[in-house]
Amino acid sequence: MIPELGHFALIMALVMALIQSSIPVIGAAKGIDSWIAMAKPIARLQLFFMLIAFAALVQAFVVHDFSVVYVASNSNTDLPLLYRVSAVWGGHEGSLLFWALTSSLWTGAVTIFSKSIPKDMLARVIGVLGMVSIGFLLFMLLTSNPFDRLAIAPLEGRDLNPLLQDFGLAIHPPMLYMGYVGFSVTFAFAIAALLGGKLDAAWARWSRPWTSVAWIFLTLGISLGSWWAYYELGWGGWWFWDPVENASFLPWLVGTALMHSLAVTEKRGTFKAWTVLLAISAFSLSLLGTFLVRSGVLTSVHAFATDPGRGLFILIFLVVVIGGSLVLYAWRAPTIRSTTSFKLFSRETALLLNNVILVVVAASVLLGTLYPLLLDALGAGKISVGPPYFNSVFVPLTIPLAMLLGVGPLMRWKQDKPARLIKALALLFVISIVAGASLPLLFPRYEFGAAIGLMLAIWILLSTLQGFRLRLANKGLSLQSLASVPRNFYGMSIAHIGVGVFIVGITLTSIYSVEKDVRMVPGEKHVLSDYSFEFKGAESIPGPNYQAQKGHISVSKDEQHIASLYPEKRIYRVQQMPMTEAAIDAGIMRDLFVALGEPRGENGAWSVRIYVKPFIRWIWLGTIIMALGGLLAATDKRYRLVRKEKSLDDNEAPA
Amino acid sequence: MNRALYPLFAFIVLVVFLAIGLTKDPRKLPSPFIGKAAPTFTLPLLHDQEKIFAPEYMQGKVWILNVWASWCVSCRAEHKVLNALVSNNKVNLVGLNYKDEVTDARRWLSSYGDPYQLSVSDVEGVVGIDWGVYGVPETFIMDKKGIVRLKHTGPVTHKDVSEKIIPLIKQLEKES
Repeated sequence: MIPELGHFALIMALVMALIQSSIPVIGAAKGIDSWIAMAKPIARLQLFFMLIAFAALVQAFVVHDFSVVYVASNSNTDLPLLYRVSAVWGGHEGSLLFWALTSSLWTGAVTIFSKSIPKDMLARVIGVLGMVSIGFLLFMLLTSNPFDRLAIAPLEGRDLNPLLQDFGLAIHPPMLYMGYVGFSVTFAFAIAALLGGKLDAAWARWSRPWTSVAWIFLTLGISLGSWWAYYELGWGGWWFWDPVENASFLPWLVGTALMHSLAVTEKRGTFKAWTVLLAISAFSLSLLGTFLVRSGVLTSVHAFATDPGRGLFILIFLVVVIGGSLVLYAWRAPTIRSTTSFKLFSRETALLLNNVILVVVAASVLLGTLYPLLLDALGAGKISVGPPYFNSVFVPLTIPLAMLLGVGPLMRWKQDKPARLIKALALLFVISIVAGASLPLLFPRYEFGAAIGLMLAIWILLSTLQGFRLRLANKGLSLQSLASVPRNFYGMSIAHIGVGVFIVGITLTSIYSVEKDVRMVPGEKHVLSDYSFEFKGAESIPGPNYQAQKGHISVSKDEQHIASLYPEKRIYRVQQMPMTEAAIDAGIMRDLFVALGEPRGENGAWSVRIYVKPFIRWIWLGTIIMALGGLLAATDKRYRLVRKEKSLDDNEAPA
Repeated sequence: MNRALYPLFAFIVLVVFLAIGLTKDPRKLPSPFIGKAAPTFTLPLLHDQEKIFAPEYMQGKVWILNVWASWCVSCRAEHKVLNALVSNNKVNLVGLNYKDEVTDARRWLSSYGDPYQLSVSDVEGVVGIDWGVYGVPETFIMDKKGIVRLKHTGPVTHKDVSEKIIPLIKQLEKES
């Protein structure tokens, strides 16, 4: 009965979405106030029905209702409660449901935090969000209903994919979806502005906090995925340039460009058409990501649930949403005029360069991701594009970006003098080069790449601090003057320092990681970069829904005990799938990572994989710092103050 | 020409490619060995480690090489199909026991039945690399000249046997 209720709630949500996307939008076009006023209540009703549908599916998992196909395929009576709940979004149908729920949650948030936005604009924004919801709800109801029933319920479910039975993966998809779908809000603002023909600074100001919040979620979501891959896949890698990883990275790159160009549009009234195009692209790439993941056109480690029939639906959806927006853009963009101009040497130029680089990086990643598909479509054979391609395009493009990151924030809007910047930065530049070039001497061997990476990181840190100092220059250093600096300036500075931390992590991990595959009998020792790993043997232990071989490895350095590591090799009973649970001793300067391979021979020998990974934590630490910076920027009180003033203006102006 | 139309054009091109992509199966991997001579190897027999086997021994015969292992779950599903294949047809089926322990492999064959004319054991998995084995099970068919004519990745089903394997073997038998 409850699954039917969930199904019914989905249909009701679709009805609400249909009303939401038509009546308020028509009302806004014709100036019918009562139709415009329907936007908020209908959007909230849609959220209400989505919450019911979601709760119904959670309930089916919690009580083991195996008469529901989706539950029977993704759960099991032995599956712990936490993973029964996360299994709700562990497969195709459920993740769509989760996506649609996220979409209505964002719309609900828009209805609450929109007091300052003119009613007709808001009606259009909510209408566009309703159109996106229609697509996902139809997709679910027509091709992938999570509430489909089996005539005869099996006694036992097929269990959740063991890879997904992990805490990191329980929260990775929700974060990622919040980010993907969050860009639909920025997208909706852009489309609403195009529809209404009012692309002004106010539009950019409304979009900024939403874009930042979506970007924070996406940053954390990608980072969680990378962290999960690191400890769960047992290869010690943290990024594989897998098509699905790229699918999340593309909207992130374009979203980052968007955040910067929104700043220009808001503050200077330029880059308007470009910003709109980025807003459309960020969300389009999120949708394209869904297509790539769900249609099975590319092979990937994430290919959990793929089906070409579903692929066709998403493709049609892509054509309607992206094609429609681009037609609207092509129609409206020529009428957009920038209100101000700027000189070559100005912050505008720096941000334009930032945008160009980020978009070129995104285009190269997109090309690499789709290249196998393009070649196959042309009948030119099957190939796969691997990390060598991505690393060789990504690294050279990010070096100028990191250089620019130091200069841009110090530049003045409209026009600046090179002499002023050289005075402020020349010494710091020299310090960065000298420090960056000498630090690799502390490592086992000198690597030129490490020197470059460290130079960039130090450069970013020093120039960001310098930007801060200049900001305070005429006020002196006191608590009062620190408090006078707007929160979004803190946000930007912190996020940029996060980039520096991230660069340190990537550089040192990629260059100085060491690994060893060894066969070890109990009592045997192996030394890897000064750490001695002693294998104490492995024993068999039962888990709730798996059988594990648990190894014990004792790590010491200079005769001192450092850590006891317990890597596991698990066989999940239902799916008979072997899983490697790596054991990691995490540290700010290095991670010690041990994974069990296969048992070797009679005397308790195992093949063991040992890694020492310097500074790998800095990668995720950097992304957390970036997200924190984003959070500070998004919650700047300036938005709230300006919004109040703005809302007064709007009341005076004819709607 | 309106510059604002460029993004739309780029998108249309992308959609065309995505639509073509939908009609293709990325999991169909052609083997670079098709049409080439089967890579050679010399390995001990599973049941008698004193004796050896090499692909040259099958010269003049159409034969099937099936890569399997006792640790491979989908091989278990495939095994029934292979048992049926050899009992209903006259084929030369050679097993390549891949990255497996000899005792496990023998026990497995004695409990599930042994469809193979002979099995060779590749404990280290060296041959797997030469033959471009992506995952177990995999099946190759060689013609009388020792040229690889078919590569099948993943378990062979009854449908594969009746629609692909048997027709191909019949055709190859006619070749000189």
